[in-house]
Amino acid sequence: MPTFVYMTRCDGCGYCVDICPSDIMHIDKKYRRAYNIEPSMCWECYSCVKACPHHAIDARGYADFAPLGHSVRTIRDEEAGTIAWRVTFRDGRVKNFLSPITTVPWGTGIADFRNEPEPTEAERNSQLLSFEPKYIRMDDGDIATLKSQNLEMKEGVYY
Amino acid sequence: MGIKTIVEDNIDILVAGAGLGGTGTAYEARHWGRDKKIVIAEKANINRSGAVAQGLYAINCYMGTRWGENNPEDHVRYARIDLMGMVREDLLFDMARHVDSAVHKFEEWGLPLMRNEKTGAYQREGRWQIMIHGESYKPIVAEAATKNADKTYNRVMITHLLMDESGRNRVGGAIGFNVRTGNCHVFKSKTVVVGAGGASNIYKPRSVGEGAGRVWYAPWSSGSAYALMINAGAKMTQMENRIVLARFKDGYGPVGAYFLHLKTYTQNAYGEEYESKHFPALQKMVGKEYLDMEASHRTHRPIPTCLRNHAIIQEVAAGRGPIHMVTMHAFQDPHLEEVGWENFLGMTVGQAVLWAATDLDPKYQNPELTTSEPYVMGSHATGCGAWCSGPADVSPPEYQWGYNRMMSIEGLFGAGDAVGGTPHAFSSGSFTEGRISGKSACQYIDDGKAEGIVVSDSQIEKRKAEIFKPLETYQVGRNEIVAGTVSPSYLLPHPGLQRLQKIMDEYCGGVTVNYMTNDKLLHIGLQKLKIMEEDLEKVGAEDTHQLMRAWELKHRHRTSECVMQHTLFRKETRWPGYYYRGDAMKLDDKNWHCLTVSRRDPETGEYTLEKAPLYHLVGDMEDKALADMKKSEKKPAKKAAKAK
Repeated sequence: MPTFVYMTRCDGCGYCVDICPSDIMHIDKKYRRAYNIEPSMCWECYSCVKACPHHAIDARGYADFAPLGHSVRTIRDEEAGTIAWRVTFRDGRVKNFLSPITTVPWGTGIADFRNEPEPTEAERNSQLLSFEPKYIRMDDGDIATLKSQNLEMKEGVYY
Repeated sequence: MGIKTIVEDNIDILVAGAGLGGTGTAYEARHWGRDKKIVIAEKANINRSGAVAQGLYAINCYMGTRWGENNPEDHVRYARIDLMGMVREDLLFDMARHVDSAVHKFEEWGLPLMRNEKTGAYQREGRWQIMIHGESYKPIVAEAATKNADKTYNRVMITHLLMDESGRNRVGGAIGFNVRTGNCHVFKSKTVVVGAGGASNIYKPRSVGEGAGRVWYAPWSSGSAYALMINAGAKMTQMENRIVLARFKDGYGPVGAYFLHLKTYTQNAYGEEYESKHFPALQKMVGKEYLDMEASHRTHRPIPTCLRNHAIIQEVAAGRGPIHMVTMHAFQDPHLEEVGWENFLGMTVGQAVLWAATDLDPKYQNPELTTSEPYVMGSHATGCGAWCSGPADVSPPEYQWGYNRMMSIEGLFGAGDAVGGTPHAFSSGSFTEGRISGKSACQYIDDGKAEGIVVSDSQIEKRKAEIFKPLETYQVGRNEIVAGTVSPSYLLPHPGLQRLQKIMDEYCGGVTVNYMTNDKLLHIGLQKLKIMEEDLEKVGAEDTHQLMRAWELKHRHRTSECVMQHTLFRKETRWPGYYYRGDAMKLDDKNWHCLTVSRRDPETGEYTLEKAPLYHLVGDMEDKALADMKKSEKKPAKKAAKAK
C-alpha cells in the first residue's frame, strides 16, 4: 500500500525522508511537505509511518488489488517499548493489537567491544566467535566439530 | 556538474550493505580487531534497511542445542533435502554450530523472544523456528553494528568494487555515490565484506502498477550483492536456484507460522486435499530419494519446498484453483487468531491491509494462496551466491582456501544473500555469517595478506565517469524532446526494469509461462540481455534518486544474466516448482549431483561454467525416527508394531 501524507498534519520535518528504505519519501518543493514519489517501489514497510511524529502518514492499499475504505494505523512507542496497531476493515469492523518491541531500555544491552577484554591468541586461532563457546549453549559445552558429532564429509551421492 | 569526491582511506574492513549480514560483520570485527578501522556503507538508513526493515515475527534458524532440541548436523540434513541435495554442507554446518550464540545475544540486547511457559525454552513455531516480537529487530542489530563501527555512511550505494592493481587477484575497496547529495564516495579498504542483498523485481511480478511494490522480497533488494561480485570476477554458485514462494495471494503474507504453529492447511477450490494426487508422478520425475511420502509422514524429513509448490502449480493448471489456506478452524481460538494477525503486522503489514480492504476475516473465510514470481537470493529456501571458502576444520580441499567465507578474490568476503550454497540461514544465520566474515577479515589482515594494495587514481576516475554517466545522458537527450518520458536517446530506469522483467519472465521461467524454460528459450534470452546491456549504456537519470534506480537496474541485469547462464548449464529439472527445463524434465543425479560454479571474465564478459563436487556430511547423524523406519523396512513385522 503505497503511503500518502495528510497535508494538514505534515510539517515537513523529514523524519520519513530520513528513514525510508526505498528512498521514496521526498519533500515536495512547492508545499514543503513529504510525499511518496514512487508508489510502485513502496513495500508498505511502515518505516515512515512509525517514524512520523505527527501521524501524518498513512497507507492506502495498492490500487491494483485493494478496494478503498480501510486503514491500518500504528503507534510505536520507544519509551514504553510497545507498538500498537488498529486495523479498520472496509465495512467498519475494528481489531486492535499491542506487542512489545524491546525488553530493555534502548541500547543498554549491547556491548561496545572496546570496553571488553581482548581475545587471546588461542581464541583468535580457534573457530570460536565472540562470547563463544559459552553463548552457544549457555553452559560449559564446547563448539561442535566433525569429531565431536562423529561426522565426516564424503564426496558422492548421499541423501 | 559539481560532484564532490569524498575519499575514506586506510579502512581495514568495509561493510558493503548492512542488513542482517553486514551488521553481524561490523559487530564481530570489533571483537577481533580492536584497533581496526571498520566502516559501513549502506544504501538506505541502517536502522531500517535490508530484508528485515519491516521487522520479523520469527527467527527461522535456531538450533536450541541448549535445550537439547537439535544438533547442527540435523539442520544440515534438513536444508539438504529441502534443496534437493544441492547445498554447501560445510558452510551450513559452520553456520548452524554458531547461530544459537547470536540468538542468545539478541535476547540480551532486548529482542523479545517468546517463551514456552511450560518448558521455559523459546516458543517454537516449528522445528527450526522460534517466535519473536521482532518489530524492532533491525534497529536493535543496527545499534550493535554502529556502536562498534568507526563510521556509518547512510544513503551511499556501492556500485563497484575497487580492485588491487599490484598484480594479485585482490580487492582494494569499493566506490559508489550518495543517493541524496550525488557525491562520489571512494572507500580504500584492505577487505570488503559484501552484505548487500539478493534480487527482487527481476522477474515480471504478478501484480501490476502500484502493486509492483508488494513484492515478496524487499523492492530495494536489487541484486547488488551478486552484481558487485560477478563484475569483479568472483566465482558464483547455484545461481540457477531461484525461489518461488507459495504465499497469501496479492499481499504475499508469510505462511510459516500458519502452517507450523496455527496448524492451518491447504485445499483446492473444492475443499479437497490435492498434494498426494500429484506426488506419484512427481516421484517419477525426482526419484524416491527426494520425495518419500512415508518418510516425511513418520519423521522430521520435510517434503522439499519446491515440490509442494509443484503440487499447487499442477492443481491450478488442472482447473481446480484457487488453492485456499484453511484458517477458519485455527482462528476460532482467540490466541491463535491474535498470533495470525500479529504475524503480519510484525513483518508484512500489507497483508493485513489487504484483508482489511477486502473485508476478509480469516476466522470466517479461507484466504487464497498463490505461487509468486521467482526471486534470486541466498538466505531463504534457496542458495544463490558466491563460491566461498569454508572453515578449515570442516571443509574438504575443494571448498577451502585459507579464510572462512572468503570468495575466489582475496580479501573479499560475504554474508547473507552474498554467500552461495547456504540456504535456510534466514536472519540469524545471515548475521552469523556476517560475524564469521568479520573475524576472518581480521585474521586476513593480521596475517599480512593485505599489504601493498594499489588502487590507482585512473581506476577511480574510470569508475566515477561510469557512475555518473546516466545523469549526463539524460541532460543531453532531454533537450531533443518536448516533454514526457519517451526519448530516442535514453532509456529511463523504470521502463528498463520492465524490459528486464519481461525477458526473464518469458525466457527464463517466470509466472506467465508457468515457470517453464528450455535451452532454446535461454539462448534467445541471453541474446536479448546482451542487447539490453548495450542499451544500459544509454540509461538516463533525471536526478540522483533515478541514478540509484539506474544502478539498481544495472545490478539486476547482471544478476539476471548470471541466472540465465546457470539455468542453461544445469541440464536437468532439479527443483520442480521453482522452474522446469522442458528439454530435461527429470532430475538427473547421474550427471548433475554437483554444484554449478561460474565466473564472468571482467575483461571480455564471457562466462565459464564448471561443475564442483558435492560433499555430504555423513556418519552418526540419521535422525532416530528415520533410522528406525529404515531398519523396520527390512523387518516388516516390527514395522507394524513401531507404527503403533
